[in-house]
Amino acid sequence: MKPLRLLLLGSALAALPAQADFKSDIAAIRQVGGEGKGNVPAAAAWQSLAKGGAQTLVPLLAAMDDANDFAANYLRSAVDAIADRELAAGRKLPQAELEKFLADTKHNPRARRLAYELIARVSPATGEKLLPTFLNDPSVELRRDAVQRLIDAADKALAAQDKAAATKEFSNALTYARDEAQIKKVAGELRKLGQEVDLPRHFGFLTHWKLIGAFDNTKLVGFNTAYPPEKAVDLAAIYDGKLEKARWVDVATPNDYGMVDFNKPFGDLKGVTGYAFTEFNAAAARPAELRLGCKNGWKIWFNGKLLFGRDEYHRGARIDQYRLPVELKAGKNTILVKVCQNEDVKDWTKEWEFQLRVCDATGTAILAKDRPPTPKGPVSAKKAEGKKEAK
Amino acid sequence: MKPNSTSALVAVLFASASFTSAADWLQFRGPGGTGISPEANLPVQLGEKSVAWKAALTGRGLSSPVIVGDRVFLTACSSTEQDRLHVICLSAKDGKKLWERQFWATGRTMSHPKTSVAANTPCSDGKRLFCLFSSNDVLCLDLDGNVLWLRGLGRDYPNASNSLGMAASPIVVGDTLVVPVENDSESFSAGLDVATGANRWKRDRPKLACWATPVLVPDAKSGQPLVVLQSGPGLSVVDARTGQEAWYFTDGASTMSSSVFANGVLYVPSKGMAAMKPGAAGVHPETVWHNNQLSPATASPVVLGDKLFTLNSAGILTAADIKDGKRLWQLRTTGPHSATPVGFGKHLYLVNEKGLVQVVDTSAPEGAVVSTLDLKDTIIGTPSIAGGAVYVRSDKALVKLGGS
Repeated sequence: MKPLRLLLLGSALAALPAQADFKSDIAAIRQVGGEGKGNVPAAAAWQSLAKGGAQTLVPLLAAMDDANDFAANYLRSAVDAIADRELAAGRKLPQAELEKFLADTKHNPRARRLAYELIARVSPATGEKLLPTFLNDPSVELRRDAVQRLIDAADKALAAQDKAAATKEFSNALTYARDEAQIKKVAGELRKLGQEVDLPRHFGFLTHWKLIGAFDNTKLVGFNTAYPPEKAVDLAAIYDGKLEKARWVDVATPNDYGMVDFNKPFGDLKGVTGYAFTEFNAAAARPAELRLGCKNGWKIWFNGKLLFGRDEYHRGARIDQYRLPVELKAGKNTILVKVCQNEDVKDWTKEWEFQLRVCDATGTAILAKDRPPTPKGPVSAKKAEGKKEAK
Repeated sequence: MKPNSTSALVAVLFASASFTSAADWLQFRGPGGTGISPEANLPVQLGEKSVAWKAALTGRGLSSPVIVGDRVFLTACSSTEQDRLHVICLSAKDGKKLWERQFWATGRTMSHPKTSVAANTPCSDGKRLFCLFSSNDVLCLDLDGNVLWLRGLGRDYPNASNSLGMAASPIVVGDTLVVPVENDSESFSAGLDVATGANRWKRDRPKLACWATPVLVPDAKSGQPLVVLQSGPGLSVVDARTGQEAWYFTDGASTMSSSVFANGVLYVPSKGMAAMKPGAAGVHPETVWHNNQLSPATASPVVLGDKLFTLNSAGILTAADIKDGKRLWQLRTTGPHSATPVGFGKHLYLVNEKGLVQVVDTSAPEGAVVSTLDLKDTIIGTPSIAGGAVYVRSDKALVKLGGS
């Protein structure tokens, strides 16, 4: 646990009467891990913690800082149990302490959202009053609710035929929006109002790639076959492909959702494998996420290291379908994506494509220092949507 | 199969569920996964007055309710990413919420819009509730909402997911929770210790998305319960406690509708419908009949009395003779259907996707819809039956029909 988080947790614990028991219970919960590790002591600790009074709520929320997702779930369900019991008994929740916790954005964003919900449950007016302060919040849920207020105001202005006010409100909403549905709505409204919206830039989609194909994926052999680009990326090289010589080609996608379509340069092929390569010139070293949407089999290498791969075909795709944490280094970073197409001939299995963006944990785009302008092309809202898929 | 093997299975099941009563509905399709209630007094003539109560829900879902005593348990999910998992307990008497717990999904939550992350029906051994979600989170709580253990199978096995959504339901067999996680990539089924959530076994399964729920059959020699794991290639029938395969069937099976075991025969949606007497370790199942005209769609087959019923998505209910599989009659009901019929005595409840509840008298010469009730809501989930009532849930509400 980071020193600052320890300090915050320590100060929260200081106010508790049975501090030693509480601390050991928290410790038991925080050591749960994968494969059910630590479930037995965690369950015993849960029983003890869930009997606590309202004064334990904020320390429990603080204990979620840096906790793994399993521990956070134990803790949040204990918070639920305590809050329900206290409110049912007519007792009060520590509103001031909850507000103080909420205001400190160093705490776990989900724990802060939970604190907000407790506050709003007791005092909806306070919840409403706090909402505008979350426009740039690390909690995606708090941010979404705050942005929704702007969208509602814009819709109201639009209904009143006040296009200038609507444009201002929608533009403001887009600045802060990270939720895909909200962005889609706002971008659509702004375009109808005559505004230009650069959605790929807003999302942080990578639009310029080198593509090579097509290598074999008959009977799905390609997924686990290391074709030459996996061994070394040589953009001048020419290889034997499945049907003809394979060369790297430049592709720049104007698609709103950054979709990179292998079918365009290589034809509507089946049973094939392709690769996409690009460089990302980061302004500084920092944590980031590569977020991928893809309905084909895929693998990703970041700076030469395999991040993850998945051999599922045509079960659906969407923006941010897969979130892959990485550490950007300052300067050049390389990204290689392998995309495998199966041999299914149904019309909904035609797509051989992917979308990839670089962002932070809130979904805020991280842009390369030398990001090229978004390619011009017919405005396209095409994106992978699960609902197009069938079994 | 030995004559006493069915009763042996029933004995084992009741021994493992000694905290339950005959009126409980503890898993997907209730007692033995048959969809048939042993109760006699359930509402047949439905009308507006049949609605005992309607409770608003805090999230989406198509999992069936589980009923233990006077409590109704169900799962739901909320938020734009469906990553908030809800476990809800309501009073069967009046629909009042007794408690609710929320968790954050640890696995992927993408699904087809028609389904949701709360698609898998929970199960109970009468003292614990086991909730599986499409994110492959497994949550175990006691009946008062105390957390007993948590697992994140999508975290432990990071390629175990289905972008269309998972929906197969867990079943509890003695002290083992059988969890189907069958998908195109990291596909497996597992047996978890009900007390701790730890793996007892984990068995690789065909790399193929599958939404069929396991059922129990007796071992033909010992009568001990075996778990039927179903997937496209067929069946793998395993020991519940060890996961060791006892027998298998390789002539294909549905990945959607689940098999049903009744009267000593396993009915498998397989190139139509295949009826077989279960095998044992080293003993192949004995085929009783096969009929390629009995093809269920999403809904699973049901055996009621001496008839087997299949329902296609358009609403054609087909009755067949369980002895030889011959088609007896077909009844056009109002579709489309996703939910599996449930029933009692001689009646079946069919709920279509538009919320129309249809009660079918299966003893009528060609079958007959004897009453209907329009719940005016999209309903995908299979109803549950307990305490003289039928429970139907949508994304928005849980409705109790009948009962005291």
